[in-house]
Amino acid sequence: MKSPVLPGNNLDVMDHWKNFSKGFIKENPVFVLLLGMCPTLGVTSSAINGLGMGLATTFVLLMSNIVVSLIKNLIPDKVRIPSFIVIIATFVTVVQLIMEAYVPALYESLGLFIPLIVVNCIVLGRAEAFASKNKIFSSALDGLGIGLGFCFALVLLGGIRELLGSGKIFDITVYPESYVTLLFVLAPGAFIVLGYLIAVINLINKEKGKK
Amino acid sequence: MEEDNMAKRESTFLNMFLALFAVTFIAAFTLGFVYELTKDAIDNSKIKAQNEAISKILPEFDRLGDPLKVPDESGSDTLEFFPAYKNDKFVGVAVKTFSKKGFSGFISIMAGIDNSGNFSGYQVLEHAETPGLGSKMESWFSNTEKSGQCIIGKNPGSHQFVVTKDGGDIDAITASTISSRAFLDALVKAYNVYKEKENEISGITGE
Repeated sequence: MKSPVLPGNNLDVMDHWKNFSKGFIKENPVFVLLLGMCPTLGVTSSAINGLGMGLATTFVLLMSNIVVSLIKNLIPDKVRIPSFIVIIATFVTVVQLIMEAYVPALYESLGLFIPLIVVNCIVLGRAEAFASKNKIFSSALDGLGIGLGFCFALVLLGGIRELLGSGKIFDITVYPESYVTLLFVLAPGAFIVLGYLIAVINLINKEKGKK
Repeated sequence: MEEDNMAKRESTFLNMFLALFAVTFIAAFTLGFVYELTKDAIDNSKIKAQNEAISKILPEFDRLGDPLKVPDESGSDTLEFFPAYKNDKFVGVAVKTFSKKGFSGFISIMAGIDNSGNFSGYQVLEHAETPGLGSKMESWFSNTEKSGQCIIGKNPGSHQFVVTKDGGDIDAITASTISSRAFLDALVKAYNVYKEKENEISGITGE
């Protein structure tokens, strides 16, 4: 994975904006980097599941990026990976406890995928490739941007699958159930929709590159 | 960047030991704190969900008896019974039952049995069935307009609690025979254990 290592001194507003916005299209973790495929395919059977998973991951990314960037000089190189993993696992468990306490319905439906954020390669990837080399503010923006990009991808994927597969979006019926294609809420539908979305995003990036 | 790297600790034994110790120590402290903070809310939301489920599936009641744990037929798992009373008369019991035969494994159901032994309702507490297919079990078997698929007012003594495909009396969810079989499996289990220990569970006198 290529990471933009920015010079630490002369960051202007434009660079900050780039750190934040690159996660949506240009370096979207799902559509371009193809990371975090397991939760992407697993939880996106509905838009609300995608949103819940996306926001949980965004929180973990933001917090772990901030903390990793904060302590990067205190951690010797040889033990940086175990330290990062402990930091990430801590924030994931915090999210898990909070979700179980205050949004039990969403917690139930995401189930195993919440603890699995620990091993989501997007989170460790950003800690290692970006936060351990950049200042706190840039790292926070990077975490937030990549997290929201992940969230955007999951909601888009979940929304399309829900719409085609059950005729609803965010549980609001759009068209009658007799016209739905059930395939899309099942596992194969995840692969098909993801494939087309990757193609579309690649096309957009290509067009942008030409200009 | 460069100034950052210069300040980096060297990977000596002591530095590595101290860094990892500090990270895990702070992590343990944080988690313990958050756990204490959310513990009551988690317990409350679980009890609330359970009580809501019970009140939806039983005939009107004014008091719940002490929950009773009874081992199931295999003896390795337990079913939980919540007897309900109105004016100290037994009106029904909510059974927390389960099946491991779901399309995606474990399903937990709160089933209501009234004092004549018929099912009075149910709530699916936990499942991982396919959305749009097996997940329909949440409403499918309580649709009183379609008598073929409705289990309310029936019991495994009066009807064959097996999907029609397997020669039974209950219509399975369209395209979700496996989830339907698991659902009925959980209900039959609840009913059988209840019948076996009926007197013990209902407490007859209401005590």
